[in-house]
Amino acid sequence: MPVIDRHKADKAGDAIFKGLSFFFALLVIVLMALIFVVLFKESLLSIKAFGFKFIYTSVWDPVAGEFGALPAIWGTIVSSIIAIVIAVPISLGIAIFLTEMAPKGLKGPIGTAIELLASIPSIIYGMWGLFIFAPFLSEYVEPYMVDYLGFIPLFNGAPLGIGMLPAGFILAIMIIPFISSVSRDIFQMVPPILKESGYGVGATKWEVIRKVVLPYTRSGIIGAVILGLGRALGETMAVTFLIGNSHDISIALLDPATSISATLANEFTEAVEDLYLSSLVELGLILFVITFIVLALAKLLIGRFSYKGGKL
Amino acid sequence: MTDKIKIKNLNFHYGTKQALKNINLSVKEKEITALIGPSGCGKTTFLRCLNRMHDLYPGNRYEGEIILDGKNILEKGLDLIKLRSKVGMVFQKPTPFPMSMFDNIAFGLKLMGIKKKRDISERVEKALRDSALWDEIKDRLHEPALSLSGGQQQRLCIARAVAVEPEVILMDEPCSALDPVATAKIEDLMTDLKKHYTVVIVTHNMQQAPTSLLKIT
Repeated sequence: MPVIDRHKADKAGDAIFKGLSFFFALLVIVLMALIFVVLFKESLLSIKAFGFKFIYTSVWDPVAGEFGALPAIWGTIVSSIIAIVIAVPISLGIAIFLTEMAPKGLKGPIGTAIELLASIPSIIYGMWGLFIFAPFLSEYVEPYMVDYLGFIPLFNGAPLGIGMLPAGFILAIMIIPFISSVSRDIFQMVPPILKESGYGVGATKWEVIRKVVLPYTRSGIIGAVILGLGRALGETMAVTFLIGNSHDISIALLDPATSISATLANEFTEAVEDLYLSSLVELGLILFVITFIVLALAKLLIGRFSYKGGKL
Repeated sequence: MTDKIKIKNLNFHYGTKQALKNINLSVKEKEITALIGPSGCGKTTFLRCLNRMHDLYPGNRYEGEIILDGKNILEKGLDLIKLRSKVGMVFQKPTPFPMSMFDNIAFGLKLMGIKKKRDISERVEKALRDSALWDEIKDRLHEPALSLSGGQQQRLCIARAVAVEPEVILMDEPCSALDPVATAKIEDLMTDLKKHYTVVIVTHNMQQAPTSLLKIT
């Protein structure tokens, strides 16, 4: 009977579809594993030579064949933290304005502008940073920072317009569009009647945003921030242009520094010796692990903050 | 019974679309006024005029007068925050805030400026008793409100509205998302609410209407 035939055909189709989509999903994990294996294999030489010392020493001397990753790790983490500290409040402000306050005529244009900003290639940010932003910082911002805030060790250093803080700034500018457009989408998911019930008991806009919208969206916002952090950690070109590429650790944020990705971008072409190359690959491996840890932490945080129980 | 709210020649527009035409109606004090009618005829729109909820969205326009206690609430420059703490609202679906049951009810109290912990807990308890929820949840007040069942969530929302001691409570099909048992509980509750509050309710349930005063828009 035709009915049964169709049934059989459907079953076969479903099985094939299931197999295919499972295969694609598996591909992701296989790719991940392969990347890890290759990175590990290629960095074996450096791992054998330096062991854990690689992570906590800060000498980077290709001539003598001595490599320590601490300055690069330090630079990666600190520049990303600066970026997050600056970018999160600004992004949340943008997102809240767009979802809760912007008049209809502004919502579209600003939203599109943000998405366009997110799609500008990072090399453009880097060039803009180096040719426009860095001179601006070194002329109008950093000298005053050293004069007036210099008593705080963090805000001291050489006012060159190039260094850890400028790199953090440019990273912030780069992840603001990203965090704000994701959080705007999250804020838009708050059911209107939930906000209305806030207004219904006599709350002001600020109180509704603070007490209803933000708690309701907390896990999503944390996710958005972590995604932004993930981008900042791995960002290469713009940071390479602005961070100064010096393998030193300085508490003064105006001083030049380096990051893992900047080191890789700068030095890969020069690395002619096996140990040098292997050390660079190990840097990549470390970046891989840091990003993995950050994302894993994010998963844990989101799990802890999400509300259990019924949904609206 | 005196009139609590008097509506005179009320017209309402969503942008260019007129949704309410020449409504004239009075709502009696401490009674339940039910609004019945086919879907899309403007019951909810009308209800949301009474606490100016439409003002949250741009392009909406009122004409005419809504007189609450002798004062036209459609006046320009009216303090909407004050109006909404005087005219509370319960929605079609339960809308507990993402916080504990206690905090849900304390939310409005804190907004009113009540600071003393004892005052707050007293009024939270009273609101929960008034909405027949106290005995069910008194041992787990500090658990998330979202862990309650749908019917309990809706009664929590009624408690939240009642806690700030409004004079009028607007209910927009409060039982439409609930099962019959939960619905019955809320219906019982409404007869109690009538003693203290003026209630305006939108309903599709013909059984809910005859027990109360019936008005058709």
